[in-house]
Amino acid sequence: MASLDPRVQRAEPTLWELPDRPLEALEHWPTYEVFVQRTRGAHAQHVGSLHAPTPEMALVLAKEQYARRSQCVALWVVPTEAILWTSAEEEDLFQPATDKSYREPQGYLQSRQRIEQYRDRLKPATS
Amino acid sequence: MIEALESLVLSLADDELIMGHRLAEWIGLGPILEEDIAFASIAQDETGHAQAYYQLLTDLGLETPDRYAFHRPAERFRCAHLVELPNFDYDYGLALVRHFLYDAAEQVRLQALRAGSYDPLAGLAERLLREEKYHWMHATTWLRQLGRSTEEAHLRLRSAMQQLWPYAWMLFEPLPHEEEMVEAGWIPPSTQLRERWLELITPLLREVELEQPEPSAESLLPLQGARAGLRSPYFDALLSELTEVAASEPDAEW
Repeated sequence: MASLDPRVQRAEPTLWELPDRPLEALEHWPTYEVFVQRTRGAHAQHVGSLHAPTPEMALVLAKEQYARRSQCVALWVVPTEAILWTSAEEEDLFQPATDKSYREPQGYLQSRQRIEQYRDRLKPATS
Repeated sequence: MIEALESLVLSLADDELIMGHRLAEWIGLGPILEEDIAFASIAQDETGHAQAYYQLLTDLGLETPDRYAFHRPAERFRCAHLVELPNFDYDYGLALVRHFLYDAAEQVRLQALRAGSYDPLAGLAERLLREEKYHWMHATTWLRQLGRSTEEAHLRLRSAMQQLWPYAWMLFEPLPHEEEMVEAGWIPPSTQLRERWLELITPLLREVELEQPEPSAESLLPLQGARAGLRSPYFDALLSELTEVAASEPDAEW
């Protein structure tokens, strides 16, 4: 009997035939964006995307795709189509024209250090 | 007592080991990447479950999981013929229907064991049911999805059902020493488990128009004896492949 091991004797792959025309958008299964919630109450984080025929199948496939190597308490899937995003040409939207480093996390740390210094100055000197 | 326990645990463990092997043969051949990963992950779960079952016997002073999996003659295996069937021409409809019928049986068996009187098995069943929940979700979602899609999908599911139905039915062939197990309260009789399995799958099969009549005695006859060690014609090739590496260096430690 010939080996049934696919590594020895590969199954004849059924090749998907390309149609005689340009592919329509979404002719493949649509994609879904996947979000995982690591712990209860945490916000959901985007972890990637996948193909699936329906939202239910997307959840089933996302579980092994994105929730098997680290902690997860809930999964979200969102049709990629439902997401509106800014384009690469619009990147300059995010570039401030003036120094706004005080808004960055490092800026808040500096404010904190200044508050602490001020408090220290207010403390009565102990001898 | 120990013979009855070994008979029960090996039937569960060997089903998992061989099913895991057949599922794993799909690695790299799944219909899409996402499903390939999910199916392979299920294969890995089932193999892990087999190891956990064998370990129960090891803890009682019987053989180690590796001895059971890789150094046992074919006639000492106790799996059902359903899991031994090859993937033939790699029709995913056949793979999904087998996965559905088998994992439904797992749901029923594990829930019964969890409520049973043998604590090590009841505790293990509780643990395994956590992973089985996903297997069942995967199987039912696919069945509903394909069962309601195109005529070709339905045709493939239908022919898979017809081919596999007697084999699935025989997952519940009574086990050797079954009376003793039932009397001890470890597990209900196989016929009762089959009833529960039918209650679980019938509404789903009806929903996608794949319900099957009771198999004829004639179709079941050649499938008898699996739980007592009678292997299907496909088993030897499977076992020699499964044990190939271990046999090349029998005393190696892994």
